[in-house]
Amino acid sequence: MSTTTQAVTGTEAGEPARKKGRTQLSEGARAERRLGFLLCGPAVLVMIAVTAYPVGYAIFLSLERYNLALPQATKFIGFGNYGAVLSSPYWWHALLVTVVITVFSVAITLVLGMLLAMVLHRTPFGRGTVRTASLIPYGIVTVAAAYSWQYAWTPSQGYLSALFNNSAPLTSQTEAIIIIIIAEIWKTTPFMGLLLLAGLSLVPEDLQKAARVDGATGWQRFTRITLPLMKPAILVALLFRTLDSFRIFDNIFILTSGNNGTGAVSNLGYDNLFSALNLGIGSTISILIFICVAIIATIFILGFGTAAPGSDLGKG
Amino acid sequence: MSEIVLDHITKRYPDGALAVSDFNLAIKDGEFVILVGPSGCGKSTTLNMIAGLEDISDGELRIGGKVVNNAAPKDRDIAMVFQSYALYPHMTVRENMGFALKLAKAPKDVINAKVMEAAEILDLTQHLDRKPANLSGGQRQRVAMGRAIVRDPAAFLMDEPLSNLDAKLRVQMRTQVSRIQRRLGTTMVYVTHDQTEALTLGDRIAVMRSGLLQQVGSPQDLYERPINLFVAGFIGSPAMNFLSGTLEEGKLRTSLGDFPLSDQLRREAESVKAGRQVIVGIRPENFEDATLVSPDLRDKGITFRTTIDVVESLGSDVFVYFTRGRETGVTATELEELARDSGRSETGGSGDSVVARLDAASRVREGGEAELWADARALHVFDPSTGRNLSLSAADGPAAAQ
Repeated sequence: MSTTTQAVTGTEAGEPARKKGRTQLSEGARAERRLGFLLCGPAVLVMIAVTAYPVGYAIFLSLERYNLALPQATKFIGFGNYGAVLSSPYWWHALLVTVVITVFSVAITLVLGMLLAMVLHRTPFGRGTVRTASLIPYGIVTVAAAYSWQYAWTPSQGYLSALFNNSAPLTSQTEAIIIIIIAEIWKTTPFMGLLLLAGLSLVPEDLQKAARVDGATGWQRFTRITLPLMKPAILVALLFRTLDSFRIFDNIFILTSGNNGTGAVSNLGYDNLFSALNLGIGSTISILIFICVAIIATIFILGFGTAAPGSDLGKG
Repeated sequence: MSEIVLDHITKRYPDGALAVSDFNLAIKDGEFVILVGPSGCGKSTTLNMIAGLEDISDGELRIGGKVVNNAAPKDRDIAMVFQSYALYPHMTVRENMGFALKLAKAPKDVINAKVMEAAEILDLTQHLDRKPANLSGGQRQRVAMGRAIVRDPAAFLMDEPLSNLDAKLRVQMRTQVSRIQRRLGTTMVYVTHDQTEALTLGDRIAVMRSGLLQQVGSPQDLYERPINLFVAGFIGSPAMNFLSGTLEEGKLRTSLGDFPLSDQLRREAESVKAGRQVIVGIRPENFEDATLVSPDLRDKGITFRTTIDVVESLGSDVFVYFTRGRETGVTATELEELARDSGRSETGGSGDSVVARLDAASRVREGGEAELWADARALHVFDPSTGRNLSLSAADGPAAAQ
């Protein structure tokens, strides 16, 4: 009898305690959570100061007519700037140049990077040295590298220009864009190669052996085993490179300053913001670039899917 | 037809390391041959050379009478099962199994029929559209086997196919592998480091040690007539007991007592000076509780009294452990290697530790003294310097070597 009473009081006492536990954390857990917030706090503040505030301010600026040359005309005009930019042929031309540079440089970089990764993966000796050596272009500051490209193509000075009858290719649109693409490829192939090498080393050697026994040729092993298994690594590498490439600025700024219709969207934004001092239009272009980048990232993540191979989506 | 002949096969790595040395073996059509040995003995290298995944440095490999030293794996008509299974993670079970046929451009309905047939043998029909990641270890293993079966090859090569399974499943799959091989009648070369697996599965077993083929024979052959110390110690579980002994005129002196000599051993003893040091091997089951031995059998061996250290009762048998002082300090490199391989060298202990397997009716007790009987007919005597089994007659020798 006494045990029953005890048991009953026990549950009575236990019930509210458990209910409380569901909504309220124990003293220790709360202290831990508080500590967590405190530790994150400084970083959050810094992030707000250096990213959230400028982004927010840029959005605000993009909704204003705001030209430093005509400060008295500053006025909130809603989406007026967007209308102006999107109806301007300058924007569409710059976007086309950007897309062309992005598509070609990323596609060629992918192929060359894959070749580089395969070579590095198979190199039996001096792998560290080869790997380091191949990274040199990526390690050089882009501006310095761009200047060396520019000198190389300068008539009567550069060795590359000399190879082509002292021509001045940087002064013609098509040729200049090709040179910009080459400079981009030269600079980013090592990075691509290293990203792909990481993916390549994830393909187990046993699978290659099994495929060899199954009768796959070298090319079949590459297309049917290596590539599908590397898909996540390839997509991540492509995403990084596409976003990077879309925001191209320094190579063009040094090589052509965006003259002769070679400017990318970033160069257009720079010109409006810092040369024309038109904060409203410049901010609008920045926001549009931001939106383009977000669209590209969304396409990669949702459209192509970044699911790892072997995971059955929705299948039991 | 699909006979596999390894003729003086040698594998030398560019750095000069010799992985396999002068390996000779003729595998008959439909035979189930096991390559067994401790890790690093060259058994997997040998298998890879048969598969064509490693180059052969020297010698000749013939499959079905054709020299295939330089043939690509796909031209050797072999299928291989890997320890890691090596299933293609981005393909379904069906695609995995049909991959080789698809590459060979077989018609779709043929591929489907063959995959279904193999899936039925392996009980995989309900898993055909799943990906390897969603299968259990045992199912993955079966898919790997299925991939090999679908090919209908001249030979199956298996590289420790059961090592990644848990103990219980491994025993089940062992029976299944055996059943499949009997059913298909295909030549099978199977690599394992597990001597139990080797004994239970193979028609013939090839024991390897540091790149050298030690002995080839039926499981019974290897068990009863090991050609040397290494094979004797490697085959059998629990392992053979090794004691130091002296071969003297008319008798074999050991820490257990003096054994009478067989004719073969008597000849050996005569050929050398008296007092030759040897290593004596006796398997655990060749001991018995002396009280349970019938009088006429008693004369076929010797009895001795000893203190029992540990008793392990398995229900059907009793294992007892006891220690005998070492008469002489005879050692052999093979024994050291075996001890390393089995981890015995880690456990330490002084003197010769002996395991005996007694009848369950035995009344021996831990810490108590007991009288045990050792069968003199089952003794193996080894030369400590060469490891050769001296108790094998000349007639046994060459047969075992080939």
